[in-house]
Amino acid sequence: MNRRELLVSVAALPAIGLAAPALAQTEPLKVGFIYVGPVGDGGWTYQHDQARQAMVAEYGDKVETTFIESVPEGADAERALTQLALAGNKLIFATSFGYMDAVMNVAAKFPDVKFEHATGYKRAENVATYDARFYEGRAVIGTIAGRMTRSNKIGYIGSFPIPEVVQGINSSYIHARKVNPDVEIKVVWAYSWFDPAKEADAAAALIAEGVDVILQHTDSTAPLAKAQEAGAIGFGQASDMANFKPTPRVSSIIDNWAPYYIERVGAMLDGTWESTATWAGIGDGEVEIGEITDAVPAEVKQEALALKDKIASGEYHPFTGPLNKADGSAWLADGETATDEELSGMDFFVEGITAELPQ
Amino acid sequence: MIDPLSVFLLLLAAATPILFAALGELVVERAGVLNLGVEGMMITGALAGFAAAYVTGSPFAGFLAAALAGAAIAMLFAALTQILLANQVASGLALTLFGLGLAALFGKPLEGIKAPAMMPGPLRINWIVWLGLVMVPLVWWFLNRSRTGLILRGVGENHDAAHALGYPVHAIRIAAIGFGGAMAGVGGAFISIATVLQWTEGMTAGAGWIALAIVVFSNWTAPGVLAGAWLFGGVTVLQLRLQAAGIRVPVQLLSMAPYLATIIVLVLISARQKYSRRAGRAAPGSLGQNFHALR
Repeated sequence: MNRRELLVSVAALPAIGLAAPALAQTEPLKVGFIYVGPVGDGGWTYQHDQARQAMVAEYGDKVETTFIESVPEGADAERALTQLALAGNKLIFATSFGYMDAVMNVAAKFPDVKFEHATGYKRAENVATYDARFYEGRAVIGTIAGRMTRSNKIGYIGSFPIPEVVQGINSSYIHARKVNPDVEIKVVWAYSWFDPAKEADAAAALIAEGVDVILQHTDSTAPLAKAQEAGAIGFGQASDMANFKPTPRVSSIIDNWAPYYIERVGAMLDGTWESTATWAGIGDGEVEIGEITDAVPAEVKQEALALKDKIASGEYHPFTGPLNKADGSAWLADGETATDEELSGMDFFVEGITAELPQ
Repeated sequence: MIDPLSVFLLLLAAATPILFAALGELVVERAGVLNLGVEGMMITGALAGFAAAYVTGSPFAGFLAAALAGAAIAMLFAALTQILLANQVASGLALTLFGLGLAALFGKPLEGIKAPAMMPGPLRINWIVWLGLVMVPLVWWFLNRSRTGLILRGVGENHDAAHALGYPVHAIRIAAIGFGGAMAGVGGAFISIATVLQWTEGMTAGAGWIALAIVVFSNWTAPGVLAGAWLFGGVTVLQLRLQAAGIRVPVQLLSMAPYLATIIVLVLISARQKYSRRAGRAAPGSLGQNFHALR
């Protein structure tokens, strides 16, 4: 608060009952963000910050945003969230799974502040959750992978064996197999979201096993660099990773949080904000497929885009039966689709994946 | 089923960053200085090397710049601990935090840029991998067969005695710290220039700490550092290969294998020291202690 603001607020004190509501009308809505990485990580956090900027561009003077970057998951998150709430932010976005308990604790202390938690599952009166259906994008790039592999071996670098990642592996494999029945998938777990050297080693290990298409659910560009060295191809993850175009990066899955941020801030401005659980996909524009480069034959590109359109319109669900689990037991009957509950707890591979899934 | 040669080739590359950093730290520790700032020096080298490689278009210029930058930031540690006689552990930790922060700050404009590709050296193995392999006998020879190396070890074993003999303890330690910084810088640059080909904040991801552990593991010898780096790199690569090959070994077991192997070897080394008559060499006598002539 500068001196002039202080004088104004002191002058307004006697008339506070009358003046305060009038002031509140003209003051911008304060919106806070906490990020798990730096805004320049080129992946996950970068995309969240792009969405924040898009939201500011949409509402202009009506909003005022603050962000805190590189907030570790855990006790520090609670401090950062409290700081944002005390600074007068009325809506706070917490953009990583590990902030879940911190969000719940701080939300209980500030009942008039609304919280939005990305990829979590705990909600309250003033806590909403939001997530993206990344597996829809995986279906599209899985199709490209199945068509593009010459060795019939595709590789997948997983971060942690959690449902979100398992959905991605299953979806990629199902759609690669659909266009190429001989395809085999090899899975390597890096046990990290971000460790460039290890991701590079994982990619090299897959390539040495004869893999020529690499999919990744880790955040660095190291696997693409390795793929380039070996003449293999790969896909951008979370962000476009456009500087590896036209090859090895032949397409990408992009997280686009902008429509959601615009919608939710709009709801705050209208006073219609409610605690919700949103899980949006390609159809809502939250999951995007990056440009498919000319390294992919035109008919494959068309096929992938057609699948993307079918998913977007809701005509096709990436997990549609008949599908069995890897242990041979039946999962989905012909034409049956997976429910959101099944997907959000997915802890098995589908039939055909021989890799082990750590439990 | 898994071709050992291909595992070995992957291992060579995976071990290179920690091999450089650990060889540098070996010389520093043999001079009696404990520099916990390896991670900070590596990330500085990774950034400076990447920037220079991008600007000049030459990866080799990048590695040279990385060595200079690593040595330069190490001089900060040298000034703190050798001139101002600050605590080495605290100064080293500060160097790591400072290096990580500084690199993140200056790295902002370089995000999203790709490094120039590197021509592979003989046998399609990266030149810097070769250089790392050559450095092992060189460092061994320097420490064990050269006069300067003997003096450096003397300073590390007993700085009071070395001082009494007229050797410039601080000057020798500052030179060793500079060498350690240069080596860590090259190790870090190997990650940004040869492995990832991009600058990303925090990209060394703890390699500096592994290098520090390997120096202890090596029992403060150059061949031991090579063995440690290969063991660590080898188990890492092998566990990823086993996973990729779809061999059904519990993944958690494979992931902890490098650390498990380290613990086992450390136990074997200390057992050998305890029961063998020819006791193995332990840590340098003056390791981590500051020297002041007027004490």
